[in-house]
Amino acid sequence: MPEAAGLANREPLRGYHLRVVQEVLLALLAAEPAHGYQLRARLALALGPLSDALNGGQVYVTLGRLEQAGLIDCTRVGQLDRPDRKVYALTEAGRARVQEWLLDVSWPKPAPAEFHLKLVAAAAGALDDPVAIVERQRHELLGGLREAQRAALAEPAGSTAGLLLEGVVLRLQADLRWLEECARYWEGRRRPAPAER
Amino acid sequence: MTDRDQPALSARGLCKEYGRGTALVRAVDGVDLEVAAGESVAIVGPSGCGKSTLLYLLGGLERPTGGTLQLAGKQLEHMPEAGLARLRRRGLGFVFQAFHLVDELTTQENVELPALLAGASPRAARRRAQHLLEQVGLADRAAHLPSALSGGQRQRVAIARALANEPLLVLADEPTGNLDSAATTDVLRLFEQLRADGQTLVVVTHDERIAATADRLVSMRDGAFVGETRLTGGSDRRLSAITGLEV
Ligand SMILES: Nc1ncnc2c1ncn2[C@@H]1O[C@H](COP(=O)(O)OP(=O)(O)OP(=O)(O)O)[C@@H](O)[C@H]1O
Ligand SMILES: [Mg+2]
Repeated sequence: MPEAAGLANREPLRGYHLRVVQEVLLALLAAEPAHGYQLRARLALALGPLSDALNGGQVYVTLGRLEQAGLIDCTRVGQLDRPDRKVYALTEAGRARVQEWLLDVSWPKPAPAEFHLKLVAAAAGALDDPVAIVERQRHELLGGLREAQRAALAEPAGSTAGLLLEGVVLRLQADLRWLEECARYWEGRRRPAPAER
Repeated sequence: MTDRDQPALSARGLCKEYGRGTALVRAVDGVDLEVAAGESVAIVGPSGCGKSTLLYLLGGLERPTGGTLQLAGKQLEHMPEAGLARLRRRGLGFVFQAFHLVDELTTQENVELPALLAGASPRAARRRAQHLLEQVGLADRAAHLPSALSGGQRQRVAIARALANEPLLVLADEPTGNLDSAATTDVLRLFEQLRADGQTLVVVTHDERIAATADRLVSMRDGAFVGETRLTGGSDRRLSAITGLEV
């Protein structure tokens, strides 16, 4: 599959997962050309404690793909005692892609649909108790909320990464409220109606 | 010194009924709960399921109609009212949704009050109150009346007051129920701090954020416990997995 198609056809995001898409790297190059390590540093600053999840090597792999797709140019800068350093710059096509991305209003796929269908299927096929599935999920999200919250409280006031963590906290909170509704619904379904006994 | 091996609180088959006959309400219906010293427990559940009633029973503010209740090894359910009042004053700290500060007293005086009632010297009470107000970030509001404070600030005063006698157990009922999101964050910070300091704590809450600070989460329905979850973790690794960051 050509790389450009891969870009246009971004894989839908799972749940509330965050993902640093290729366009992010492009956009970070819009102001001025940069080295790969400079891009990584900018990402780390914006993501705070979440940047631990960034696979550094993957940044370079992605830059390679963007170069192949003609969205960035790569210039080698010679260094005396070390291998050449690569400086990346946005091409015209790359700049157009960034503009498109800025106007794009698609939103990460929210968790509900898949999870809802999981509960429905589990109940229909008597595969598992939907209430138990909800409880497991609640436990997982509460653990996440606890950690996101601690990380958010540890950020200094006005931190950029703190804003992201706040978003993670709010999202988890909304998901937990919906899980509470799920528990109530499926608990009601679990009690056999008198006629069915 | 508290004995770390003995549970701070232990309830068995705790019941509270209101009314009789067709008007009978089983507000709390056979609750077993053990809280270890230094543990924080959150109780969640739909409105009317009996959370506040349970908390009042645990704090000796109401008498159970059945079951047994021990606080630091002392049997509470048949304790005479005077002894119960003394235990409440010395051993417990309460935080309510509506703050319950004394409007005529300054912030400082509100926080001093429990220590004075428990027999501390005015000097000791003052020093303790100053320390606590610093801890909740309100040292500069010591001379204000509650009416001159925001809701979040009032609740932080109430938390400082609850800690005045270094209580064995803090009981909180919807501590963020009347607060907006920013004020909730301030209170959240204090609960997270209490947990980290090993304060034994039982909190009733609708707020997932407060619930997530607890070590253990109990779900309640129709007066009884229906589920329990022990919350663990705190590492950035798990956080990264949950947010699923990748390039
Ligand atoms: N003094 C009372 N007399 C009669 N019934 C009462 C009394 N106090 C509480 N109840 C009933 O006991 C049940 C539990 O009430 P409680 O206040 O403990 O619920 P809750 O879980 O705290 O609800 P909320 O989340 O709305 O605060 C309710 O059905 C309530 O109507
Ligand atoms: Mg209540």
